[in-house]
Amino acid sequence: MKYVDEFRDPELITKAAEEIRRLADPNRHYRLMEVCGGHTHAIYRFGLKDVLPPNIELIHGPGCPVCVLPMGRIDDGLSIAMQPDVIFAAFGDMMRVPGTHGSPLEHKARGMDVRIVYSPTDAIKLAKLNPQKHVMFFAIGFETTAPSTALTLLRAKAEGIHNFSIFCNHVTIIPAIRAILDSPDMRLDGFIGPGHVSTVIGCRPYEWIAKNERKPIVVCGFEPLDLLQSIMMLLTQLQKGEAKVENQYKRVVPWEGNRAALRAMAETFQLRPYFEWRGLGFISQSALRIREEYAEWDTEQRFHVPGIRVTDPKAAQCGEVLKGVLKPAQCKLFGRECTPENPVGALMVSSEGSCAAYYNYEHRKGNLLTTISASA
Amino acid sequence: MSAGAKLGNPAPKIRFREPQIEMAHGAGGKASRRLVEGLFAPLFFGASAEPLGDAAHLKINGAPMAVTTDSFVVKPIVFPGGSIGELAVNGTVNDLAVSGAKPEALVLTLILEAGLRTDVLQAEIQAIADAARKAGVRIAGGDTKVVEHGKADGMYITTTGLGAPLPDVEINPHSVRSGDKVLLSGPIGDHGITILLARGELEMEGDLRSDTRSVFPLVSAVIREAGPGVRWMRDPTRGGVATSLNELARDCGLGVILFEDSIPVHDAVRGACELLGLDPLHIANEGQFLAVVAPEVADAALKSLQETPGGEEARIVGEIREQPAGSVLVTSLYGGSRIVDMLVGDPLPRIC
Repeated sequence: MKYVDEFRDPELITKAAEEIRRLADPNRHYRLMEVCGGHTHAIYRFGLKDVLPPNIELIHGPGCPVCVLPMGRIDDGLSIAMQPDVIFAAFGDMMRVPGTHGSPLEHKARGMDVRIVYSPTDAIKLAKLNPQKHVMFFAIGFETTAPSTALTLLRAKAEGIHNFSIFCNHVTIIPAIRAILDSPDMRLDGFIGPGHVSTVIGCRPYEWIAKNERKPIVVCGFEPLDLLQSIMMLLTQLQKGEAKVENQYKRVVPWEGNRAALRAMAETFQLRPYFEWRGLGFISQSALRIREEYAEWDTEQRFHVPGIRVTDPKAAQCGEVLKGVLKPAQCKLFGRECTPENPVGALMVSSEGSCAAYYNYEHRKGNLLTTISASA
Repeated sequence: MSAGAKLGNPAPKIRFREPQIEMAHGAGGKASRRLVEGLFAPLFFGASAEPLGDAAHLKINGAPMAVTTDSFVVKPIVFPGGSIGELAVNGTVNDLAVSGAKPEALVLTLILEAGLRTDVLQAEIQAIADAARKAGVRIAGGDTKVVEHGKADGMYITTTGLGAPLPDVEINPHSVRSGDKVLLSGPIGDHGITILLARGELEMEGDLRSDTRSVFPLVSAVIREAGPGVRWMRDPTRGGVATSLNELARDCGLGVILFEDSIPVHDAVRGACELLGLDPLHIANEGQFLAVVAPEVADAALKSLQETPGGEEARIVGEIREQPAGSVLVTSLYGGSRIVDMLVGDPLPRIC
């Protein structure tokens, strides 16, 4: 597979790992945050911690859309879908996210009309196929998925589809990074910057991190070699005492971002004054709502949304893990009450959630595996 | 009440506490195992439940016999490389084969939906007849029921298979030892991804066919060379290779190490899995099997497998170690590793 195999080449990976060991100062401890949940997944999926020196600590960031969504928003969405003749449509990774009275999938088993779609335009198709019903698309994601929601809104308006609305839960990445940097318990040396988000917003929005916060950030791809190269680039900057925005993922991310996508978003969305994030609390101007001109396709303007606010289960420490303050296994519920099969928090559900990634790929490995070679 | 229930068997301990059945209970992964071990096994076998194999080996009046049963609810019923009829024969034949038995006869149950077109039914009956002939099994009997329109998606099929246990082979996870090798008969994930694409819900196309076939010739090739050195076999259907090997790891209490770079996966399967965030190790197969064999016979068994038509892409894909006990660890050539668990939930319902 082109663009995949060359970034998984064992020889190149081994070389990059050697280079990282050479660059890393053995007397220094490096704390690097990978902002994006896709990176967290890749780090565990490819076992990259096995090839990194122990003084490079990777801190998992808040870039997992399912994880940062507070439970109340899920309850809100489900409460609308409980009305007669409403179809609840969402991406597959929403299906097992727990609400107060169960996940969308559990509601489906109890009779709710819940459908998995692979893009929001599939939800429009559903609406056309079910003219007697109302299709609500539960939209989540950062700037990665927001443009496809924006295009769907444009299309719904252009085609005059009236039995369709979007429950908008889109959030933006920059305010979340700012909240992390403002948090007093966070001491970070640099950032592995989100790859997919940056295909849309480009690299410029990160410049304040380098200039004002004096932290290096490298926008990074999702293959093992991408991650190792980005870590190399961060170490090189740190060694020289520099703080710059660099783009390792040039094959996909243009420096200026995707103008057409940004235009579609500007046309359909506006910033909410504030929005609640799990773990990070209320962050101002950190989420998108649908503009007045598209009110007919906005679930929140069309239906009464109860605005349910619930706190996470008491013992769950999702917020601490989400901020990178705790490692997944340090949560009191990890692997006991909370497992991928019976998740208490969303971090254990999404493939991008650090708890699920850690549980699935790492926690039973223990320390005994350093001796296992991969020779077939 | 029979004397047995009164005296011999301790009260069964039902551990299954879930309020209702979800799709995941039929996905062959963790939830299925909880249902079978927590509800069925205690009531059927009491406390003396053995690890559950692909087929039961019984003695009836001293005559050894293997028996198994399997139901097929695949949607759509026809897909590239096969159809529900062919699957219904091969699926049951393969369960007998990997239990170490020669498949001999099938009993067939059809549940048909009123309104099913006769030409569709005839095509499936023909597919069953052809697949049975190819696999060398007789259709010994059957039953047909019809349910109202809208109560079944066209047709469901159940096949029960009878087989003759092969001499000198005992498939038992407890016989697996550290150092044993794991053989895989060919590329994985073709069936699951073919069905996924055939549903047309994704705007993706791929040049893929289901791998449905009888694996008995390949199983025989391994047994011929490795004989009693064959410790364990399984056809990794629902839940894929990862789920089968996790069951083995739990049943034998040892660790299974897989060498990622030696596992054959077609590019179309890899591509689809990358796009959908699935792991090929969790995708269903209908014409492959895994075998754990003693190290001294592994190379000979592999050679025999590769020389059998359809076994050309067989590989040694892993080995058994003491650690990580009860788990499956996948390692890569560059030294990275990850645990691979059983399938959780059901990303691809009604795959067979």
